[in-house]
Amino acid sequence: MLIAYCLKPIAKKMKKYTNTGSKDTRSGFGAGMTELGQKKENVVALCADLIGSLKFDDFKKNHPERFFQIGIAEANMIGIAAGLTIGGKIPFTGTFANFSTGRVYDQIRQSVAYSDKNVKICASHAGLTLGEDGATHQILEDIGLMKMLPGMTVINTCDYNQTKAATLAIADHHGPVYLRFGRPVVPNFMPADEPFVVGKAILLNEGSDVTIIATGHLVWEALIAAEKLEEKGISAEVINIHTIKPLDEEAILKSIAKTSCVVTAEEHNILGGLGESVARTLSLNNPVPQEFVAVNDSFGESGTPDQLMEKYQLNHQAIIAKAEKVINRK
Amino acid sequence: MKPNTQQLNDFATQVRRDILRMVHAVNSGHPGGSLGCTEFFTALYQVILDRKEGFNMDGNGEDLFFLSNGHISPVFYSVLARSGYFPVSELATFRLLNTRLQGHPTTHEGLPGIRVASGSLGQGMSVAIGAALAKKLNGDKHLIYSLHGDGELQEGQNWEAMMYAAAYKVDNYIATVDLNGKQIDGATDEVLPMGDIKAKFIAFGWDVLEITEGNNIEAILAGMSEAKSRTGKGKPVCVLLHTEMGNGVDFMMHTHAWHGKAPNDDQLAKALEQNPVTLGDY
Repeated sequence: MLIAYCLKPIAKKMKKYTNTGSKDTRSGFGAGMTELGQKKENVVALCADLIGSLKFDDFKKNHPERFFQIGIAEANMIGIAAGLTIGGKIPFTGTFANFSTGRVYDQIRQSVAYSDKNVKICASHAGLTLGEDGATHQILEDIGLMKMLPGMTVINTCDYNQTKAATLAIADHHGPVYLRFGRPVVPNFMPADEPFVVGKAILLNEGSDVTIIATGHLVWEALIAAEKLEEKGISAEVINIHTIKPLDEEAILKSIAKTSCVVTAEEHNILGGLGESVARTLSLNNPVPQEFVAVNDSFGESGTPDQLMEKYQLNHQAIIAKAEKVINRK
Repeated sequence: MKPNTQQLNDFATQVRRDILRMVHAVNSGHPGGSLGCTEFFTALYQVILDRKEGFNMDGNGEDLFFLSNGHISPVFYSVLARSGYFPVSELATFRLLNTRLQGHPTTHEGLPGIRVASGSLGQGMSVAIGAALAKKLNGDKHLIYSLHGDGELQEGQNWEAMMYAAAYKVDNYIATVDLNGKQIDGATDEVLPMGDIKAKFIAFGWDVLEITEGNNIEAILAGMSEAKSRTGKGKPVCVLLHTEMGNGVDFMMHTHAWHGKAPNDDQLAKALEQNPVTLGDY
């Protein structure tokens, strides 16, 4: 249960990462856009009829000349964004993750990625935690789709503070970026002043028995899992991978050298996600046992976010089970 | 000084030779549409566009052109080279391994003159609109031009873009449609009849004009001058350019057969006979 842990402080070793007040990651994006609007004249925003959902309200109000309401026409939005870069603008497009990726894959592939355009594709409502709308809107394949595009940077943030920091950071990162975040209110635990470096993993907890590599909403669950594993006498290292591509292989391999086994955790299909990128890194460098917390090649369905994360085994209980399993495989 | 009509026709004849020799050399590429748009590209790059020397991706302070139907890359490459963007000799590398002149235009290899990749159809109008919006934000009074195939209008993204451009008064933009009535599988009226394209653009809120002699340099210059005079009046401008696919080579005209087929040695010789050297072959 995501919400149940909102106010519960994490154990002593992880005191730095307590929930300072739950918020949705998309509001972190909105706050980032508000700040970018003030700081960067060249930042423009495009939206396909989802201003409220993407938290674009402030940017639109403060900078109407730099905000483009495209309507329900995502392909056109991606193309217009690509064109805006040609005049030196830094376009941030916003819609749900499903409509930001699969629906417009060829437009992103040709007009943005292959053309090396400085477009920031910002996607809310990713994964199962979109909830009741069901599988038509719950994309679980977007990380795979986007990481396969040459030159595309892929980022999946874990909380409000990290999403805001990432939004600011990608404006200074030249090249196409996919920024993935979500709908639900979740714990906000990353320090507001934590620097966000594209491609740089963040070590959240040191441990020696198993490495838990998590992204997005599963990072908080990984911290809870580490706390509970410690109660069982298992020392878990927790790494927050916010940038799935390029992957911080150095940080992963350094941790693996110590723990010799890995659990990856993500709100995504087991095919094509963070887990597969980590597996590739391991197989090329240091093959050690790995277990996956991910959706097992299926679509989602309607339900509350908590119900869905439990049904599809994307929670700390699943991470703990996989950690114990992978340690036994060493 | 702007070239006169004879000079422009000589330029176009040389471009036709380039197109034919390029596709023949690699036995692939799209000569039909390229030949049909030769006069348009010639007029565009030699007269119409207010261009800066050299190439800068942002294109500030100059008119910009986007080719949406990227498969007619031979005419684009030939005209870019002969307009000074890169050496004419590089046309000999068309479609060869490690070339900057990829089968379809791309920015990926850094070829000057190209601002976006095209080839997967239907995307160019959206990109052109984005560039037009950037010009407005930058206070740059220069114009955006684009070219689209008529068959290409079957792609739905065009209609999203058309709706947007009219709704948001993108009036610093002239989109030209190459109305040759043909696509790979045959006549557009047989593959997917699109009805009255002019009426559809008008219904979507565009200012539309036609150039009925789309292979006549003077008609193109007059029509595009008229189109330019209609910019800045609250509507995007559409030019319907009536062309003949394969124009300038008698056996390539009045058929869709040469849309994506290269001539053999004999056919090339015949085609070149009809288009004698003017500026010098690459």
